[in-house]
Amino acid sequence: MTDIPLLSLTIFLPLLGALVILLIKEDENSLSNIKKVALWTSIGVFLLSLFIWLQFDSKNAGYQFVEKVKWFNDFNFYYHIGIDGISLFMVILSTFLTPLCILASWESIKKRVKEYMLAFLFLETVMIGMFVSVDVLLFYIFFEAVLIPMYLIIGIWGGERRIYASFKFFLYTLLGSVLMLIAIVVIYQLTDSMSIAELQGNFFPRNIQLYLWLAFFASFAVKIPMWPFHTWLPDAHVEAPTAGSVILAGVLLKMGGYGFIRFSLGMFPEASEYFSPLIMILSIIAVIYTSLVALAQTDIKKLIAYSSVAHMGLVTIGIFVVNSQGLEGAMVQMISHGVVSGALFLCVGVIYDRMHTRDINFYGGLVNRMPIYATVFMIFMLGSVGLPGTSGFVGEFLVIIGAFKYSSIVVIGAASGIVLSAVYMLYLYKRIIFGVIENEKLNEILDLNLREKTILIPLAIAVIIIGILPNIFIEPMRLPIELIISNYELANAK
Amino acid sequence: MAQFIIFLPLIGFLFCFFFGKYFNFKISQILTTSFLFISTILSWILFFSYLGEKEIEVIQIFNWFTSGNFIVDWSIRLDSLTTTMFIVVCSVSACVHLYSIGYMNEDPSKVRFMGYLSLFTFFMLMLVSSNNLLQMFFGWEGVGLASYLLIGFWYHKPSANNAAIKAFLVNRIGDFGYALGIAGVFFIFGSIEFDVIFNNAENFKDHSIPFLGLTFSTIDLLCFLLFIGAMGKSAQLGLHTWLPDAMEGPTPVSALIHAATMVTAGVFLVARMSPLFEYAIVTNLFITFIGASTAIFAATIALTQNDIKRVIAYSTCSQLGYMFFAAGLGAYNASIFHLMTHGFFKALLFLSAGSVIHAMHHEQDMRKMGGLFKKIPFTGTMMWIGSLAIIGFPYFSGYYSKESILENAYYSNSSMATFAYSIGILTALLTAFYSWRLLLMTFHGKTRSDSKTFDYAHESPLVMTLPLALLACGSIFSGMFFADYYIGKMQYVFWGEALVLHEDKHHYLPFIQTLIIKSSVAMGVMLAALIYFYKNHLPKNLAHNLDPLYSISLNKWYVDELYNSIFIKPYFLIANFFWKRGDEKIIDGYGPNGISKIFALFSSYLSRFQSGYLYHYAFTMLGGLVIILTWFIYY
Repeated sequence: MTDIPLLSLTIFLPLLGALVILLIKEDENSLSNIKKVALWTSIGVFLLSLFIWLQFDSKNAGYQFVEKVKWFNDFNFYYHIGIDGISLFMVILSTFLTPLCILASWESIKKRVKEYMLAFLFLETVMIGMFVSVDVLLFYIFFEAVLIPMYLIIGIWGGERRIYASFKFFLYTLLGSVLMLIAIVVIYQLTDSMSIAELQGNFFPRNIQLYLWLAFFASFAVKIPMWPFHTWLPDAHVEAPTAGSVILAGVLLKMGGYGFIRFSLGMFPEASEYFSPLIMILSIIAVIYTSLVALAQTDIKKLIAYSSVAHMGLVTIGIFVVNSQGLEGAMVQMISHGVVSGALFLCVGVIYDRMHTRDINFYGGLVNRMPIYATVFMIFMLGSVGLPGTSGFVGEFLVIIGAFKYSSIVVIGAASGIVLSAVYMLYLYKRIIFGVIENEKLNEILDLNLREKTILIPLAIAVIIIGILPNIFIEPMRLPIELIISNYELANAK
Repeated sequence: MAQFIIFLPLIGFLFCFFFGKYFNFKISQILTTSFLFISTILSWILFFSYLGEKEIEVIQIFNWFTSGNFIVDWSIRLDSLTTTMFIVVCSVSACVHLYSIGYMNEDPSKVRFMGYLSLFTFFMLMLVSSNNLLQMFFGWEGVGLASYLLIGFWYHKPSANNAAIKAFLVNRIGDFGYALGIAGVFFIFGSIEFDVIFNNAENFKDHSIPFLGLTFSTIDLLCFLLFIGAMGKSAQLGLHTWLPDAMEGPTPVSALIHAATMVTAGVFLVARMSPLFEYAIVTNLFITFIGASTAIFAATIALTQNDIKRVIAYSTCSQLGYMFFAAGLGAYNASIFHLMTHGFFKALLFLSAGSVIHAMHHEQDMRKMGGLFKKIPFTGTMMWIGSLAIIGFPYFSGYYSKESILENAYYSNSSMATFAYSIGILTALLTAFYSWRLLLMTFHGKTRSDSKTFDYAHESPLVMTLPLALLACGSIFSGMFFADYYIGKMQYVFWGEALVLHEDKHHYLPFIQTLIIKSSVAMGVMLAALIYFYKNHLPKNLAHNLDPLYSISLNKWYVDELYNSIFIKPYFLIANFFWKRGDEKIIDGYGPNGISKIFALFSSYLSRFQSGYLYHYAFTMLGGLVIILTWFIYY
């Protein structure tokens, strides 16, 4: 479309920034330079991705900004990237959250700052790369590569039980990754093609589809995560540094949802139809069960982590009811969750930086000392609860609408989130924000500083904008989603 | 003009939110209050323009979201139902804004308070002017949010925080039904625009739908789900527990949100959807039953409460019951008429109570009041007017609306209507009793407060008395002036297409029936006078002699205790069980930790082979050789 390879530029600009940082000698004086380079690089990437959005053609259902270079001479592997309405916002979510994460780590990360920034920029590259890959193998490489910086971020800059957390994460992902790789090999054997775009449709015999679907499911169900593959998430969140949690909740969980839409629905429609009751059951359990578990938590981060599982339960319901409301709802829910849960983790980070504890009982009455903090936290809480006018509502409600067509039990399961999410979030908010300050250690706690406001206010604005004008997000994804639905219906009409 | 009415309060809120702290608090107070008065004047102008024959007007603002064929617009629907709600909401809100300047005089967060009031008004206006179910849901949840913020306004009080959460959550249970209802309406009608639903409602009269394995009449099911939402918002039996607790909020909030406007949203919903509810035969019976039960249930509790605000809160609950049973019987116009008159006199009662509380330095217990009429005669007079209106004293506003509801019940031919009618009369008696009990305990007889508080009791400033006077005008005249339009001979012209009207049931009640109604009201008043004015020892004796009944009433039928033990405690228990047993023991125990244990066990066995002794290795090799040879020999 354009002569400049915009997408490649977006992917590799962070690496360029990383290269510059690598060249800076790390000492006392250069620390702030390192941070600045990282920050400005990521802001540049964000602006670039906004530019792509601006240039994006909503009337086109296929991939745009496509670049295709042959990789091996003897095999059909390509460096094939492109962006469509489904991946567009996943990319923007990644590029939006990364600068905020770097800014959030400005003061809280004290050791190995250089390596930390390198890890984050590398993470950004692979995240974007994964979402824009049109080649299955390329996707797989990026998909697995995301884990490397994430392991490092948890393992080096994490909390006390970081080894246990990353080990657990590893155990869960291992099986999925192996199965997914085998499935990819099988796909290549059967079709001699690795292009996601070409494979959209119903190219596999039904019995093979079922196995392939399960192999991909093993990987995505862990990532998103679905019940009962979710227990790695609370531990990983608790041990990760704030910015790590933000990316984990904001982007990495979406890899699962994105994968379900692209691979499970797009390539194995018959299997998706066959397995959809399984997904519904697991999702409903996720919504109800994890909402309850969230209520019992005493660690703020764990509570939000469990709430993520419940919200992702809605996403999987939305995806596998396969109608435009359900799928678009799931997409909006993913975008919204990326912003809201990312913001909630940042809010936790704000008080963790000050008090070095995430114990809910430690806090109470913060509104007396931190009115601005209380206000922005309130906005994110309402977003998480799904109040109309905030981002959380649009996705949740579209999924409910979509689920009504599927089955009455599923819609009741999905809608129960309306009540259950309010229970744990309001209870959390009351315990840390309202009341009088009883813990005297909190007497001198300070409200948000300029840096923290710069991080949180854009997120608050995003929550409102998605809530009031969701159309600007739904519009570009409409056609690709319709394509997936028509494929699905065609495949299952037989 | 409608845009101004709706968005002026929003602008007021945004000003308080962003700039309030940079200016003197008076700027915020004056700005929000004057915006509200402008809205009020405009809404009255609009209201009068809809008194005559006028088409329904829909103003499109912009598209909210479109997903497949699910299309939702931000828009404003103007008809006589909307304009009625406009005048109630704006007038009461303007009065409450003005009143709050005086009432919250000593509070440090005046700007926040005014902002929240304006925010509430905005959401409420969005709710009543919506042209589709989802924008209504936006306003619906928005008023819920404002209510949550305002109940918990004094966030240092744990009781206020708990009440705020309770209000939000109980409302959310209702919203769960409402959301399902919207999804169902979309599923059936393919749209959530009112006009599409109304035009097609008749086609689905005999349609049925499977739901949870059972088959329901479609319209009954949809209306039932929507009504669950209405029950939550309007505090009907079962979902009523939040309303009395909501009295933890400042009194102006109780007047605005928990008496005159927000809690009537449920009634509004049923009236707005009347072309659909019209065909929901079973659900209508259910609505009538719930309405009538709530009316009497709440009234029995109001009889013995000692907190002045709680008496009025239960009275609100009970009056909402009246509105619902009227709506359930198809008398939507009577229901909305009562909503309007109730809005005025209940706001008046609450604000007068606020004035009493203000005078008594935040004392709310009526047992520590009495004889206040001499000290605060104006407030006392206002309370008298409000009480006369609520019991339906002739020519006061409540007289027309309540009478009309009872008339409709009398002339509807069903056993449910008869039930509702008799409950209605009994409730009228109880209403008269508790209203006079409140009046007498507060204003008359000898004072029971300590002399210091009593001596310092003083009449409220003008900013508080003026709103009272305005609302008193509404309480006295709104019935007289508008009865013809709402329920009388002009009703067809006035309502037009705005709601469903039944063939003219406006016969006057037979003389004997009016006599029964009037004498039961009179009896209520006289009983109260006897017990609380003439025979001062009676309350104690009665409480003692009628102990089980008295305790049930005083303890609100133990509903809170019941809910606590069957819902809330088990909820927390299950939450902990899932976490400790489900996640930690079962999933982690048999999942990652289990696997790692097996591996650890396995590797410890394996490591024993590497003992380092040569003969161990030699023996193992020999053993292996034997096995391989055996294999080859046999296969």
